[in-house]
Amino acid sequence: MSLEILAVDDSRTMRDMIRLALEPVGFTVHTADDGVHGTEVLADLNPDVIITDINMPRLDGFGFIDAVRNGSDHKTTPILVLTTEAAPEMKMRARSAGATGWIVKPFDPTKLVKALQMVAG
Amino acid sequence: MTASDPMAEIRASFFVECEELLEALQDGLHALETGTDDGDAIHVIFRAVHSIKGGAGAFGLDHMVTFSHRYETVLDAVRDARLAVTTDLLGLFFRAADHLSDIVRAAREDEDFPVATSAALLSELDAHAADPQPADQPQEPDFAPVALSLDLLNDPETKNETALNRYQIYFTPEPELFETANDVPHIFAALAELGDLTVKCDTNRVPTLNQLAPEAVYLSWALSLDTIVDEAEVASIFEFVDGLCELQILPGPTTSVADEADTSAEPGKSNASSAPLSEPEASAPPRDTKNKTFVRVDIERVERLVNLVGELVINQAMLSQSMQSAGLSPHSDAMNGLEEFQRLTRDIQDSVMMIRAQPVKSLFQRMSRIVREASASVSKDVRLITDGETTEVDKTVIERLADPLTHMIRNAVDHGIEPAHARVENGKPAQGAIHLRASHRSGRVIIDVSDDGGGIDRARVFQTAKDKELVSADANLSDADIDNLLFLPGFSTASSVSDLSGRGVGMDVVRTAIHALGGRITISSEPGQGTLFSISLPLTLAVLDGMVVDVAGETLVLPLSVVSETLTLTKANVEALGPGRSVVRNRGAFLPLLDLGSVLGYRTISDSFVDRIALVLTLEDEVSIALVVDEIQDQRQVVIKGLDDSFYRAPGIAAATILGDGQIALILDPADIVAHANAGGAISSTYHVQEARA
Repeated sequence: MSLEILAVDDSRTMRDMIRLALEPVGFTVHTADDGVHGTEVLADLNPDVIITDINMPRLDGFGFIDAVRNGSDHKTTPILVLTTEAAPEMKMRARSAGATGWIVKPFDPTKLVKALQMVAG
Repeated sequence: MTASDPMAEIRASFFVECEELLEALQDGLHALETGTDDGDAIHVIFRAVHSIKGGAGAFGLDHMVTFSHRYETVLDAVRDARLAVTTDLLGLFFRAADHLSDIVRAAREDEDFPVATSAALLSELDAHAADPQPADQPQEPDFAPVALSLDLLNDPETKNETALNRYQIYFTPEPELFETANDVPHIFAALAELGDLTVKCDTNRVPTLNQLAPEAVYLSWALSLDTIVDEAEVASIFEFVDGLCELQILPGPTTSVADEADTSAEPGKSNASSAPLSEPEASAPPRDTKNKTFVRVDIERVERLVNLVGELVINQAMLSQSMQSAGLSPHSDAMNGLEEFQRLTRDIQDSVMMIRAQPVKSLFQRMSRIVREASASVSKDVRLITDGETTEVDKTVIERLADPLTHMIRNAVDHGIEPAHARVENGKPAQGAIHLRASHRSGRVIIDVSDDGGGIDRARVFQTAKDKELVSADANLSDADIDNLLFLPGFSTASSVSDLSGRGVGMDVVRTAIHALGGRITISSEPGQGTLFSISLPLTLAVLDGMVVDVAGETLVLPLSVVSETLTLTKANVEALGPGRSVVRNRGAFLPLLDLGSVLGYRTISDSFVDRIALVLTLEDEVSIALVVDEIQDQRQVVIKGLDDSFYRAPGIAAATILGDGQIALILDPADIVAHANAGGAISSTYHVQEARA
């Protein structure tokens, strides 16, 4: 199944890793550098799944999820949070913002693909 | 692009990103220190360390992960205002940043880490952490680095046929499950991948249509899964919806599995539609045009471009020369075209050089670390003030400046700045200051290193030079001459050699390094007020504006920047002082005349300079001399071709170039020529310059 993904992360390394994990399995990967950029990109994009980092300049992951969920176009687009923190509070916070799920960094590419396929159906 | 290992490429780009993050980290800390923080600094600092941790984890760089994680913990406390920034804490942050950059460098170079420093810093950091980790506990409970393997082709679950487990799963979603864009069929599909799944939907609670609330959930499911995986893995499918549903997973076989299995479970009245159709041909997301975009390029490609432009410059010179010798009118179309060609060549060359240009900021940041370390090791309070950080210089120049600058900064801390009590006695602030400035001046870059210390103790310098028999006991030297003694090899005024540096020790090395870059270093000092070292460097190491001259049948190139005027020598303006020693009167001053041909050993010195041509050279240290040449050919750009070490390192020769007619000409180092001529005929007629026939 080929999915269209938007990955929002301020780390170029992390964006490259996501690309490297997903493009070989046939996914289309778009990237954005932070939450603000992510919302700009979303204006012209309809991804199957959004992946977002939490710690980012200008607009962080929570703010970005909030913006996506409060907008009209992507209320039901699955959003996976990619985070270094696996603490339950973080998961709760991500979920209450509207995140669909989370992946702990450093991610295992196979698991990332599976998680994406699972939330996208 | 030869590299085909994507992980190696990402790893390389991770280290590039680390450099940027470390720079941002230093900037942020600096903003905190100087009070120029606009409130964002701590977030920038935190994110920098956090991003380094994230990338380090992906590459299994455990040491980097551990250190950045615990650094981040303290930063987080500051970010959440649980911890106040004090001078001490800021000092610790700076040291931790320095250490982190060491760790990054060690990882990049595959070297060993200074583990002892790490341990010491970590315990200091932990002491500040709001919730310090007990020493015997694992230190990062919530973050375990896992080396990443991108082994997508091999399914990690090698299907060892073992006993099948059967799980009964009872699942009732709550409305919140759909609000987070989770959906039931996706979960079931994931379960089905684990084994044999049967699904039975319980629709008993579904009301009649007129009572149906669109956002309520009325369905629940009973599932039966035959699989080889364990219960934890089955539960992991429900990880994202944990707490958003009623869920029971019961191991063991059961008889109550419904026969009428329905694997295509109804999605129910989920208000979450399934994922929208993908648009594979969707165009790339539009970039924010206000942001600058950058391209990362392998430095080798740029080097190749620089070389090609060098060839273009040579080629253009060849063309120009052959058109001139063809006797074309200077007003012909061809000549006009050539002029345009020359202009374009220069523009291209400038643009190419700009590609390699980098701000000196990273270099200056390294120096602030040197100041911190050096001042700590001699227990002085010294701050570094930088200026002109955005001044751009060729990357190679920046790299090769690091060592000399480090040496000078250490010198300034160790010997330039007086101890605090001496400063206070002299009415200065106890804290010493070192200024590091970069600026562009007439096509060169000037780097000034100044301290507000005690200045050079000239009496002692002079005495030391006499003791070491570097100058004769009855020498009569000006202040500037005495200051320049510091550059003599092996000179030291330090009465006791400190572990850090001795002012003078190694200054000859500094000067050699600067000369190797085509630069000059000058020194000036005001007793009680401080010392200034000024370095003047060419912007690039590749192309030079040169004056092409003929001497004794040889074609030579002088850097145009040192030539201030040309003179024709006459009986009236030349005064002979003795055999082979003459001066020329110019603008009310007498300049010594040097015959380039004899200085380089091409011929013996002439008796008379009358009717010859002289170039007035003004060197960095305000020395002016007149250099006698036979003929001036041209002013033009020449491409510098370095002479490698297999050639004899001849004094006065800096490099070589290829002229338009394919001939090789040597590029002179005027200051070196003057120095050797002054050294009393060190360049004698028995001395022959080897010609570079590359």
